[in-house]
Order: sequence, then C-alpha cells, then structure tokens
Amino acid sequence: MDIPKDLVAASAAPLVLSILADADSYGYAIIKRVGELSGGELEWTDGLLYPLLHRLERNGLVASRWGASESGRRRKYYSITPSGTAAIADHRAQWSAVASALDAAWNGARAELRAAAGPREALA
Amino acid sequence: MSAPEEASALDGQIGLWRAHLERRGAMGTADVDELEDHLRGHVEALLDAGLSDEEAFLVAVKRLGSQDAIAREFAQENSKRLWKQLVLGGAPTQRADARAGGLAAVAFAVLGGLLVQVPRLWSAGEELYLRNASLLGLAALVAYLLWRRPQGRTFALATLGALVGVAVVANVLPLDAHSDAMLVTALHVPILTWLVVGVAYAGRRWRDVDGRMEAVRFSGEWVIYMALLAAGGGALAGVTVAVSQAAGVDAGLFVEGWLIPSGAAGAVVIAAWLVDSKQSVIENMAPVLARVFTPLFALTFVALLAVVALSGQALALDRDVLLVCDAVLVIAVALVLYSLTARPDDAVAGWFERTQLALVGGALVLDAVALVNIVGRLDDGWTINRAVVLGINVILLVNLAVTGWLLVRLLRDHPGATRALERWQTGLLVVYGAWAVVAILILPPLLGRV
Repeated sequence: MDIPKDLVAASAAPLVLSILADADSYGYAIIKRVGELSGGELEWTDGLLYPLLHRLERNGLVASRWGASESGRRRKYYSITPSGTAAIADHRAQWSAVASALDAAWNGARAELRAAAGPREALA
Repeated sequence: MSAPEEASALDGQIGLWRAHLERRGAMGTADVDELEDHLRGHVEALLDAGLSDEEAFLVAVKRLGSQDAIAREFAQENSKRLWKQLVLGGAPTQRADARAGGLAAVAFAVLGGLLVQVPRLWSAGEELYLRNASLLGLAALVAYLLWRRPQGRTFALATLGALVGVAVVANVLPLDAHSDAMLVTALHVPILTWLVVGVAYAGRRWRDVDGRMEAVRFSGEWVIYMALLAAGGGALAGVTVAVSQAAGVDAGLFVEGWLIPSGAAGAVVIAAWLVDSKQSVIENMAPVLARVFTPLFALTFVALLAVVALSGQALALDRDVLLVCDAVLVIAVALVLYSLTARPDDAVAGWFERTQLALVGGALVLDAVALVNIVGRLDDGWTINRAVVLGINVILLVNLAVTGWLLVRLLRDHPGATRALERWQTGLLVVYGAWAVVAILILPPLLGRV
C-alpha cells in the first residue's frame, strides 16, 4: 500500500510525540519505532524527521539534550514536555473525529447500496 | 583489505557527505552531527545484516533522502537561514534572479528621490512635510519590496491601500503647524508607515511569527545600512559644499533642498537592496552588534538610575530627563527585539540572556519611575504631550514586564521559551500601530486641540 505524502506528513507529529511519550529517544530509534508500529507501511524519508523534531522543540512540545551513544558518538536525545503531552490529547481528538467521520461515511454508503438493491434482497 | 583500512574508507565517505551537507549552509554543525549519528546508526545496522561497507553507506544515504530535500526542509524550519538555501543550494527561478539586480534597485531609488520633490510642484509648506515625510520617503521602498518579492495582485493592492490609509490618518485632522498635536502626528505617522513596509517585506506571511520576525530583522539591518550610507552621504554633501565654496558658488540651497532629501530617499531603497543581496555580511555583524550594545545599554540604565536617585528628586524629574528616559527605553526595547532575530534557535541561554534580563530589569525600574512622574504631572491637567508620554510608558511597562518574565523562563531552559518571546514581541507590533492611530486621531480631539 502506498500512503500518500500528505497523509504521512500529517501523521508525523502525533506519531513522534506519542513515541516520545513512552520513553525518551533519538532520531534513528524513532524511525525504527515508526516502522514497527506501522508494520512497515509508513515510509518516512529519514532526513525529514529532524526538521520536524526541531520544530516541535522550538514550539516547546519536546526538549532535547546531547548525550553519547553506546559507542561514544555524540547523540541528541529528545523527551516530551507537558505541552507535548497536552498536544497528544488534541491530536487524538482530531484523528478520532476524522476516522469516525470516514467510518460513518463508508457505513452509510454501504447501507444505501443495500437499500438500493431492493426489498427482495433485503428480505433474503 | 584489513579492518582498520575499511573503517577509514567509510569514515572518509561520511566525511565527504558531511562536507557536502555543510556547504549548503541550511544546517548548523550540530544539525549535521545529529544527521551523522543517524547515518552511522543505520550503517551499523546494515553491516550487522551482512552488507558491505559501501553497500551499507549507499543504502543509508539513500534512506536519509536527497540532500536537496533535507536542506530545504531544514531551511524552511529555520527561516533565518532560508536565504542561504536560496543562494547556495536552491534553484532560483530566472524571474527572481532578474529582480535581485542592483539596476532595478537604482531605478526605484531614483523614483524615491523624485517622489520627495513632488510637493515642490505646488510649493507646499512645512505642514505637509511634517505630516507626510515618512510616506514620501518610504513609498518607493514599499513599491520596491512589492516588486522584488511578488505576492500577487491582491496583496500588492491591499498593501498600497494600507499606505493610502496611513496617508488619510496622517492628514485628516486639521492641526496648527506649530502645535504639540502636530509634533505628535509627525512622530507617530512613521510608525504606521514602517508597519506597512514590514508587511510588504514579510509578504503573505505577515500574520505569522516567522514572517514578522523576518520583517524585524530586515528593519534592524536596514537601519545599519542606512547609518553606513548616511555617513558616506554626509561626507559627500560636505565635500560638495566645500568645493563649491572654493569655486565661489553657494551650493547650500542645492545641498539642503535636493541632495540631502533626494539622496536619503534613494538610500532608503538601496539599503533595502543591500540587506537582501549582501546578507552574509550583515549576518555576521548583527549578533556582534547586539552583543556589544546590550551590555552597554544595561550600563546606561544603571547610570540613568543613579542620576535619578542622586538627584533626590526621583518623583519630580525634569521634563527633559523624562524625554531622555523615554528615548532610551524605546531603543532598549528595539534592541531586545532585534537581538531575538539574531538568536539561533538552538542557542543555549547564557551570559547574553542574563545581560538582556539585566537590561530589561533596569528599563523596567526606570519606566516605573517615569510613570510615577507622569502621573504626578497629570494633577496639573491633561495635555496631549502628557497623554502621549503616559500611553507610551504604559505600553513599554507591560512589554518589559512580560519580556522579563519570559527571559527568566528562557534562562531556566523552559521548553518553547524562545518561541513564546518571539510571539509576544511580534504580537506587540500590532499594538504599536494601534497606539499610533490613537495618538494621531483620537487624542487631539479628545484633549481639545483641533
């Protein structure tokens, strides 16, 4: 399945925030986690994660600090802030609204199809 | 091939990749460090999966995305560096290129120089200049900015409409040419005109914090270039007078009436062109200037406060001292605002922010003293001067108090504090405009000066 770029971009911020809500993390691990969570369906261009992280940081939703990797490399770790946690709640409400609207639209369409097929079929 | 050699081959490739990315200019060293950590993490995982060095490097680089795309995203995220991306890495369109030329700027500068002379056609008096000097001097700049960064017809018309609106505000009330109300108008119309210039510069992003910050940065750099051009222009005018005197011709009228006003109006456009085209020069200068003058102004406040305290008349200050205080306060606020635009987003709060806090704290105390004095004077009755000074000081007090609080949060590493400070300061730009309209249109009739 090819998920269009717009949809990937729209879901990026809530996904990153939610991953950081579980535990502090760094770029490469976040990308890996997104792959696991989506069963490999969400394909990110790795480099584009960083501008997103920096924007979230500038807006105070995540905080960062420099640490070291296991092999001693400089590594930047990110953690979620209270505003970030609050933002997740907003994202959840928005995405459920979208999902339930789509669900309703698709279920409604199915019902209409059934109705159009006529009473005989409905009885059967 | 031995293992150490392989490792160094990989390091070499990563080094090249780094150098290439850094040359684009959209990313700071820390940003590239972070990406390198990502790249190496990916390469390690691929090596564990059995790929060769070269394969692992190629796959990891491919996954990271094209350097163009990454640099563009970084540049958009950090709009202060956006121009670098446009200059070094992007593919500017032919049209944008043509508009960057100096020739066009000169044409608009000539237009500006002619515009300030238009009132000569009906030999207008001093009053017209008092009301409209900024409009005459800056209209060509607004036109140049709209042409330089085309934003569509609606936006251009709306901006020009705003300029006409400022002209109406400036001229609608009948005032005595020598009244205080006229002086207040002369001092406040430039605020409105400059806000229109800022909108023309920021384009459609004038409502965003980022767009406004760009307009503020432009304003600060424009002032620096204007000062440089003024120094050169002053020397030129001096030489003209000296040479013509030696030749027995009186050039005073020509210099005063034509050379200085038209030269200044032309310099307005040229300075704007310089800000855009010689940006790398200023980018290195602006943070230095902010860092030099912020401590100096902090000291100025200490000195002013000492003078006020030692005078023993802190509650009955001289009118002139009050005016000096207000001028210094306005400059201090401008300095805080301007240093914000020179501050890298990932900067760690340190001595500079502490100095800024000291500056704001000193300004706050001075402003409070000034306010007490002004309120004391109101016992003798309201005049337009007192009302204006009161309004300015109240706005400054609120501005400084919130700014000080936000700086404390910044120093405590509160997440998003820089952003909050930017939002607060750019939001106030609208307040300044609203205040100018009140001072020009509402106070004079209210205080019976029409």
